Amino acid sequence: MFIIKHKKIFIAISVILVLLSMAALFIFPLKIGIDFKGGALTEVLYKTERPAQADLDKAFKNLDLGSVLIQPTGELGYIVKSLDLSEAQHTLLLKTLSEDGKYQLEEKNFNSIGPSVGKELTRKAIMAIIFVSFGIILFIAFAFRKVSKPVSSWKYGVMAVISLLHDVIIPIGIFTILSHFYAAEVDTLFVVACLTILGLSVSDTIVIFDRIRENLRNKLGTSFEETVGRSLDQSYKRSIFTSLTVIMVLLSLFFFGPESTKYFALMLTAGMFFGTYSSIFLASPLLVLIEELQKKK
Amino acid sequence: MLSILIVLILGSAVGLFVFKSEPKLNSNFENEWSIFKNSPFRLGLDLSGGSHLIYKADVSGVKAGEVSVSMDSLRDVIERRVNLFGVSEPIVQVQNSGFVSGEDEKLIVDLPGVTDVEKATAMIGQTPLLEFKIEAPKDTPQNVVVGEDGKVSLDASPQFVSTELTGRYLKKASLEFDQTTREPKVSLQFDDTGTKLFAQITKDNIGKMVAIYLDGAPISVPVVREEIPGGQAVISGSFTPTEGKQLVGRLNSGALPVPITLLSRQTIGATLGNDAVAAGVKAAVIGFLIIALFFILWYRLPGLAAVLALCMYVAAMLALFKLLPVTLTAAGIAGFIISIGIAVDANILIFERLKEELHSGRTIADAVSAGFSRAWSSIRDSNFSTIISAIILFWFGTPMIKGFALTLGMGVLVSMFSAIMISRIFLSGLVFIGESKFARFLFSSGFSK
Repeated sequence: MFIIKHKKIFIAISVILVLLSMAALFIFPLKIGIDFKGGALTEVLYKTERPAQADLDKAFKNLDLGSVLIQPTGELGYIVKSLDLSEAQHTLLLKTLSEDGKYQLEEKNFNSIGPSVGKELTRKAIMAIIFVSFGIILFIAFAFRKVSKPVSSWKYGVMAVISLLHDVIIPIGIFTILSHFYAAEVDTLFVVACLTILGLSVSDTIVIFDRIRENLRNKLGTSFEETVGRSLDQSYKRSIFTSLTVIMVLLSLFFFGPESTKYFALMLTAGMFFGTYSSIFLASPLLVLIEELQKKK
Repeated sequence: MLSILIVLILGSAVGLFVFKSEPKLNSNFENEWSIFKNSPFRLGLDLSGGSHLIYKADVSGVKAGEVSVSMDSLRDVIERRVNLFGVSEPIVQVQNSGFVSGEDEKLIVDLPGVTDVEKATAMIGQTPLLEFKIEAPKDTPQNVVVGEDGKVSLDASPQFVSTELTGRYLKKASLEFDQTTREPKVSLQFDDTGTKLFAQITKDNIGKMVAIYLDGAPISVPVVREEIPGGQAVISGSFTPTEGKQLVGRLNSGALPVPITLLSRQTIGATLGNDAVAAGVKAAVIGFLIIALFFILWYRLPGLAAVLALCMYVAAMLALFKLLPVTLTAAGIAGFIISIGIAVDANILIFERLKEELHSGRTIADAVSAGFSRAWSSIRDSNFSTIISAIILFWFGTPMIKGFALTLGMGVLVSMFSAIMISRIFLSGLVFIGESKFARFLFSSGFSK
């Protein structure tokens, strides 16, 4: 009952976090990666020592490769970001990086994406976002098709969608701040993370709402408020535990996993965390708030 | 009890299969049974190292109805080229234009182990593109050429425009020697359509030049003397017998039916891939151990049963990866690791129900069966939305996303089975320990007595 008693505080926390995330989005615009806008990324590792970055910067200024951004990585490596490169330009780039063979290097990773492929990926990502959102909303509508009192069925659905938005917006806000200070960029995995959060976090809310309706049918509690509160008491532990196991593996993936999925794991961790928060501390308190507003009318 | 034994034996057999079929884990791998030898994990390019190339095929010269046919033959030709080069398990696939994939016809080439991009693209670019061009009408403006000394001049050579006749209508090429001069020449035999096209071209251009282009450069520009209805053409030029022989070989191995341009490519060095595999395995093992520890400490006896079920889940998934087979990428491994976390969710739903039933005073046996049957609707609902996301991601995804969606979706489906069937068999089998206080302790969880 603790949660329902202090519902306004918990709802306020969510509102503040969402507003902060949206503010972050406005202040630090998201950096779009080469997956979507096209371009090339070259990662090289030098055998014994790497040339000074200033020398390389100077050398690239004299070349006709457009703007070239060089970032050091590790002890002996550089990551070079540029426009998408043709075969000849790629060779030229490697030659420049090795200062005409003075420094021996190994190319660890090279990725050049033409603008048209970037456009195709962007279109695919947008379609996937639309279809997943649509599919999840259909699922919510299906899960709440039965009419129940005193709060009508569609309102459960709306609450589920609101908490879903909350679950996606906050990780995006966190990512925005990260991408401002670190090298994180919006790539396909970012989109996949957002869509996976949609799938993972909605289920928690639905399971708790199911408990509420089961208890409403069984006439548990004297008021709607009490029913919701007792449903939460019954289900918050399992809700937290199911997310906890996923968060455990995600953190393991973040700390020990491959470099390429680090930000992905972090996004999902945030998504799981706030997904659980919202199903316990946001969606159900909102239901009670709505019922109270209804009564006042 | 018998059912527990059967499940344990089956699980161990699956685990043994996964272990035995990994070359790295078996010193005596060569002598294993063929089912083991043929089932290593299949690693994606980001883990094995290699090159991923996306080509755009220019099908503007192909009739609308024949696009997919020429794309298929383009794929076959490239595949032959790549195979000739000795790449192990290359993947060459056509991505047709469409609502989702955009308006370009694309060819996607995956070359595992090839990290030298230049070598890779050269290998594919080597395939000759044979074109027949005719003189442009006289009023076409001439090319303006800027010479090396900076002088601007008009390109004196005649302009040629493409015709429909290309290498895709070639039936056969062979090397011959001129009877009088002994110079090598390449004789071409067109197929039926090619023969008709060639007859039409020669008929329309008597007295004019027809240029034969190879890979965008003219190699022979003969003057047409008369219509040639037989579908035979000869390329004679200044090449040595060896060059002629190579040209014939290349032409016969397949001229590109449509021209292609490289749109994007990705090359991952082998070290980066190896690092990613090692990190992925490490993350999976640590994640698994943390969950196992948490389960046994918190849920006690049912927790132990769940960990056993989870072991079987992992073995079953790894075996499926090998047998289907699923190409594993870094994102795919991430999906699998997440699915380990999701897989135990069903157990938590069941155990929390089990605890409630025990609190309401039921016997252990009753509580176990009620826990399973009451938790089912929650398990189904909580996994359904993840499956929706996985299906749509799989449908739209690039190879990387597909890998993630596939392992996650498969994981959710298999885990529902493992939680409901396997945990249930274990727990129902353990009910025999009776109703003593200690037994109730073992079946409870958390800090409660």
